[in-house]
Amino acid sequence: MSMINYASREINCKIVYYGPGLGGKTTNLEHVYGKVQPDTRGKLISLATETERTLFFDFLPVDLGTIRGFKTRFHLYTVPGQVYYNASRKLILKGVDGLVFVGDSQVERMEANQEAMQNLYDNMAEYGYDLTTMPFLIQYNKRDLPNAASIRELQAALNPGWEVSDPARMRPVADPAHPGEQLIEQLPTGEWIERAPYLEAVAVSGDGVFETLKAVSKLVLKSLA
Amino acid sequence: MPVSASSWSFTEDDFGAITKALERFLADCNARCALLVDRTGQLVATVGQRPDFDPTAFATLTAADFSANDQLAKLIGENDFNSLFHQGEKESMYLADVARRVILVVLFDSRTTLGLVRIKMRQTVVELTQLFEIVFARGGSAEAVPNILAGADDEIDKLFQ
Repeated sequence: MSMINYASREINCKIVYYGPGLGGKTTNLEHVYGKVQPDTRGKLISLATETERTLFFDFLPVDLGTIRGFKTRFHLYTVPGQVYYNASRKLILKGVDGLVFVGDSQVERMEANQEAMQNLYDNMAEYGYDLTTMPFLIQYNKRDLPNAASIRELQAALNPGWEVSDPARMRPVADPAHPGEQLIEQLPTGEWIERAPYLEAVAVSGDGVFETLKAVSKLVLKSLA
Repeated sequence: MPVSASSWSFTEDDFGAITKALERFLADCNARCALLVDRTGQLVATVGQRPDFDPTAFATLTAADFSANDQLAKLIGENDFNSLFHQGEKESMYLADVARRVILVVLFDSRTTLGLVRIKMRQTVVELTQLFEIVFARGGSAEAVPNILAGADDEIDKLFQ
């Protein structure tokens, strides 16, 4: 739920980074924190355990610029990825405007990725939010690792596409970020499907981190326009 | 309770009435500062002495605090805890639920007492609940408020070039 404050001329939006444990969600926020001008960001709040595993959430507010005289302020949150922290993970989704699923590209983490994705759909559904109609993208992280699965495998496992039921949307839409790929397409079976946009990243070195933030912020602002 | 993501907005008149109620409350109980925080962690209003901490971070943690305590309440068979109290050596804070959507936080020190804050807070919560229920009854009121981003696609594209 975005908040528009006419008095301070601010638009506040909430973006949540979701995904399996140790996938790089906190690393994304730390990179953003380290790279943006200090006057355009707030404090990075981390509710973490002594071993730096996220316990409740990380939080970072950043200003991304001005539109129509309104400062666009994004509140970035991460959730704890570990399976048993579902209660706190669910709380963070309250009022979310945009979602980034940070997937771990390592072959060994495929099952953890799928479990986290399923958990995201379940938690969103419990709030009555529909992930397929809101700003949502997937970041495949750790692309530099030798044991990284191929994008094709990751897409098949985590982003196979959901059915398009609105006839007005049943037309091919190319993926602007990946030539030759489609965001909306008709399968040979005749069924129309839509996939979430995806990006590749190496969060630990910052590759793809800002691209992800920009892409999801843009989707959020466009959803308000 | 279903958590609603629907948007709500208040007018300048609403804001004036809310601010007035909070100012009266602060004067009555001699507290330092009151903040209104939306359940999703957004700061709605600040009244009284300007806090010398980051209010955005404060609002986020307040909402998280309240949400976590709601879950604790459920675990012990309560529906919710409609107020929370955190006592410090010099500064303390009292938090109360308003209309299930907003949290009123009051910061106070040794110039007043918990008892007084609690009594005055109860009256203020009733007053604020009435005000907010009118605001929520108006609904998302997306139609009532002009969409400032309508047609701003070009500007949004430019921001991310």
